[in-house]
Amino acid sequence: MVVSEPMTRMGPILCTRGLQMRYGQGTGLVRALDGVDLQVAPGETVAVMGPSGSGKSTLLHLLGGLDRPSAGEVWLGGRRIDGLSERALSRLRRQHIGFVFQSFHLLEELTAAENVELPALLAGQSPRTARRRAVELLERVGLADRAGHLPSELSGGQRQRVAIARALSNQPLVVLADEPTGNLDSAATVEVLRLLDHLRAAGQTFVIVTHDARVGATADRLLTMRDGVLVEETRLTRGGNGQLAALAGLEG
Amino acid sequence: MGRILLVCRLAVRDLRRRPAEAALLLLAITTATTALTLGSVLHGVTSEPYQATREATAGPDVVASVAPAGDGRPADVASLRALAEAPGVVAASGPYPYGQTIVEANGVTATAWTQGRDTDPVRVDQPALTDGTWVHDGGAVLEAGFAAALGVGAGDQITVDGESFRVAGVAVTAAADPYPKVCFAPCRSGETLEDVPEDLPVDPADLPGGPGGTSGPPAPSPAEPPVGPPISEAFPLGAAGIVGPSGLLWLTEADARGLFADQDSLGYVVNLALADPAGASEFVDAHGPQGAAAVEPAAPTLATWTSILGEHDRIVEQKRVTLLVGSWLLSGLAVASIVVLVGGRLADRLRRVGLLKAVGGSPSLIAAVLLAEHAAVALLAAAAGLTVGRVTAPLLTEPGASLLGRAGEVPFTLATIGLVVAVALGIAGLATLVPALRAARTTTASALADTARPPRRMAWLIAMSARMPTPLLLAVRVAARRPRRTLLGIVGIAITVTGIVAALAAHAHRAAERAPGADPRTELSEVLLLITVMLVVQAAVNAICIVWATTIDAKRSSALARVLGATPGQVSVGLSVAQMLPALAGALLGLAGGIGLAEFLDDDAVTIPPVWQLIALLLGCVLVIAALTATPARIGARRPAMEVLHGERP
Repeated sequence: MVVSEPMTRMGPILCTRGLQMRYGQGTGLVRALDGVDLQVAPGETVAVMGPSGSGKSTLLHLLGGLDRPSAGEVWLGGRRIDGLSERALSRLRRQHIGFVFQSFHLLEELTAAENVELPALLAGQSPRTARRRAVELLERVGLADRAGHLPSELSGGQRQRVAIARALSNQPLVVLADEPTGNLDSAATVEVLRLLDHLRAAGQTFVIVTHDARVGATADRLLTMRDGVLVEETRLTRGGNGQLAALAGLEG
Repeated sequence: MGRILLVCRLAVRDLRRRPAEAALLLLAITTATTALTLGSVLHGVTSEPYQATREATAGPDVVASVAPAGDGRPADVASLRALAEAPGVVAASGPYPYGQTIVEANGVTATAWTQGRDTDPVRVDQPALTDGTWVHDGGAVLEAGFAAALGVGAGDQITVDGESFRVAGVAVTAAADPYPKVCFAPCRSGETLEDVPEDLPVDPADLPGGPGGTSGPPAPSPAEPPVGPPISEAFPLGAAGIVGPSGLLWLTEADARGLFADQDSLGYVVNLALADPAGASEFVDAHGPQGAAAVEPAAPTLATWTSILGEHDRIVEQKRVTLLVGSWLLSGLAVASIVVLVGGRLADRLRRVGLLKAVGGSPSLIAAVLLAEHAAVALLAAAAGLTVGRVTAPLLTEPGASLLGRAGEVPFTLATIGLVVAVALGIAGLATLVPALRAARTTTASALADTARPPRRMAWLIAMSARMPTPLLLAVRVAARRPRRTLLGIVGIAITVTGIVAALAAHAHRAAERAPGADPRTELSEVLLLITVMLVVQAAVNAICIVWATTIDAKRSSALARVLGATPGQVSVGLSVAQMLPALAGALLGLAGGIGLAEFLDDDAVTIPPVWQLIALLLGCVLVIAALTATPARIGARRPAMEVLHGERP
């Protein structure tokens, strides 16, 4: 029987134990994840890197309750979530998890403010409260003057900043970001990295899957995956890793 | 030649890849072409049986009848005799006395115009027997339509105003409108006599003045002197002196006169043969009462053979108009279905267009492939519609018992085939034009990237939906993304409900006429039922097409909503409700449209169907749409969200 344990002050906000994800059977068996143990502390930014097919995105989906593991456990905020019903997972996502995607996934018919307020509306907040929060978040990501613009009227960097604002709408315990700079040019990448750095400094917890070393450089911890297994862990200190910080364009 | 082959090959392969869509297209166009075929072939099918009856019965060119004025004076028989001797008249029969009676047979009670006739054959209007023998003392002959309605034949027993008669025979005539529209003075041929007294007696013996009762007709109201033909002693005098749907029967003159105590209350009829039958209308204009005199109760009523044919034709004409209007409604629905199908398919398969373009296909080739696909389906649907129409038309073109002959050969001309094929191709062409142009205009890069067509933004709906519960919020936003598709959904349901409400109104109207016995116009109800079923099938196809296209179109926004915290249940309910809201709006529009259509199609005042039927239709419509959309919406909402989102490009 699984017992949900309340998270201690210094305990991990997100945790996996022996996480496995398998597809297919017999000779066609694919081990997308093979026994991943991971702990993410509150306010920590963890970057997961690795080659394509190493299991990064699968890990992110399991952490976000978008899929169920073949084996192992996933804990969020002291609660085991891998066995929750679809409805409970939906509630969990809208209350405690924010998502940022490589492709932004903004709804094109909604303005920036309407996109940002959508999770709050789905969570049952009043339109006024949801809009106030959306405006605050757009100010925070530097897009207050673009609140009424449609995604098609925004640059790539601006769109991703709107997506990040949307991820923060319900004050999630953790933001899961899948290649957040994968579709951005250098200038836009720096724009987004600055924002992530700013949010990290404000205490927001992030798990970021990326191919981009500059994104990895903004993290507190860098995990490397290969063939469904975490093979390397590096603790980063921005002040002590000037090269990476410079690479990320965050110096000065 | 090579290019044509390429287009055909690509079109056939595309159809084979999606057999379900091709089948839906085929069904959509076939229902329209079937209804159109039926509507076309019914045109004029009554003319031949009427002509055959006219020849067999020495049918008159003009029928003149006259009734008492109602002030105690007898009918002006002299005016009829003068007409019989008027220039241009080559033969005549009559005057024959007549009056209205109550006939009872097999438990059915109906009113009838009862004529007293010669026992010997006459030169004009000698009814042709289809069963038994001609009138003799104590033996009645019933007009065939009336006999069929009562369910009697030669040898059966009937009562006329409570007096027993044996049915000597059954005959057809070209001198009277068909049952239940038989009409002699003071009824004007072609007028509608539908008001049936609420207290229509079942047993004439129970009536005042009936056998065993007081003798003589009921006393007329002093304020409104009785007009029209003599009403039998047994029958209560109506306000207009005429009641209800009536049949026709013949007795010997002595038997007929014997039914009426007051001989001055009888009406009279003469049947005239003209030297120039085609000039019947001119004869009526020249010799009939003119101006104010024409509406005097004592004025003769003159009916031409063409107006009598018109009444016979009217039953089939109503069927024809119903089928034609139905076919246009079905065509409209078919276009809506095809636009959604083709549009949705294009959105889903734009990459294929990109591939064709990338390997050198020109915009015209793309358009040609799309048009060829739908033209092939349209031609198949036209063939299917013509075949089904040809097979079922004889069932609907039966001229009825009142005329000789049967509509064995349905007029199936090249013009009919050409019309049906042209309409089918027109539907396919119109519906394919816009998507074909859009496909041709899409850049190769965009098509290869499979970029979805940007959704529309309806700011006021988005703002309004923010105040709604999650499923409704999602539903309104899904509907608002594609206003044209939503509009097509509304139009589709509105067309269907319009057709059904018009059918219900027509049915209610027929029911209100209450023609006793087997009313030959019930065949119209069968046509209405057929059209209703076809409309429902077409609407179901339309709804499936729309929900299919919507589910595909909304898959990304639905997946995103789930990632952001909406449950699969909320998303699937949202997708269903997105169809139900337009269905409700369409159904409400259709209610009004149906009443309007019934009013437009019927000369008589429209009969509003019972409220419970309208409410049931409204609710049924919404519930059927909910049921039809539930499964695809559920499937669409349960597809793994990240699989959908990863399948999308920025």
